[in-house]
Amino acid sequence: MNIHIPTPLRAYTDGKETVAIPGATISAVFTLLTTTYPELRQHLFTPEGKLRSFVNVYLNDDDIRYLPAKEDSPVSDTDELTIIPSIAGGSAQARCC
Amino acid sequence: MLTIQYADYEALRAHGEETYPNECCGVLLGKSEAGVTNRVHQIVRAGNTRTDSAHNRYNIAPQELVKIQRQARNLGLDIVGFYHSHPDHPAQWSPTDFAEAHWIGCSYVITAVEKGKAAITNSFLLLGTTEDDKKFHDEAIEIEINKTIEVAIAEAASTQKGQE
Repeated sequence: MNIHIPTPLRAYTDGKETVAIPGATISAVFTLLTTTYPELRQHLFTPEGKLRSFVNVYLNDDDIRYLPAKEDSPVSDTDELTIIPSIAGGSAQARCC
Repeated sequence: MLTIQYADYEALRAHGEETYPNECCGVLLGKSEAGVTNRVHQIVRAGNTRTDSAHNRYNIAPQELVKIQRQARNLGLDIVGFYHSHPDHPAQWSPTDFAEAHWIGCSYVITAVEKGKAAITNSFLLLGTTEDDKKFHDEAIEIEINKTIEVAIAEAASTQKGQE
């Protein structure tokens, strides 16, 4: 399946915007993706292996966090995975303490 | 450096005036050149989902970002930055802006909107390699004026000179 890489992470995929990674589930695809491009791992996952809170992943048009099987959802070669870090901010002070 | 067409620059500032007293937000599509210049080819307006605190917070829905990234890909462009406004607040990044900035290598453009009128616009380039060492750097904005506008300005100047 094709995985679309956001601009800041292309430094770790040899500059590629789209990489083709085979796999039966999202989890399997992620494993192969981060094996092929190991530097991606720390940008996508916490040391505990959880997807970082600001990293959104969409399977076609669906946020994988809201899929019934989440990262264990099955995928096909024609599906597309999009990695998209969040965009937010504003003049307010950051919530603290 | 951020390079942007005059019309796009004015459009993102106008967006901040339209949404005042709330924050506006949008995406800059273009090309990153040799890691030193983000050249904007097109701006895309986005909705601010922070309706609970839209006067001092913004958020672009990830679903909308996915569509914008798809749009960029179809145009042969990349997401090179983002813009938003600070209503009645300086055009400087806030702790919230910094905490929520994750697109390293991208430009973050902020326009101060004072009492409904766009004032100063600044750009900040997010540099670093990880969340731990990221930093905002002041970034120069180069505004490109196309030939049509150059001719209009020249004609206006000529007319003014003739009236003197």
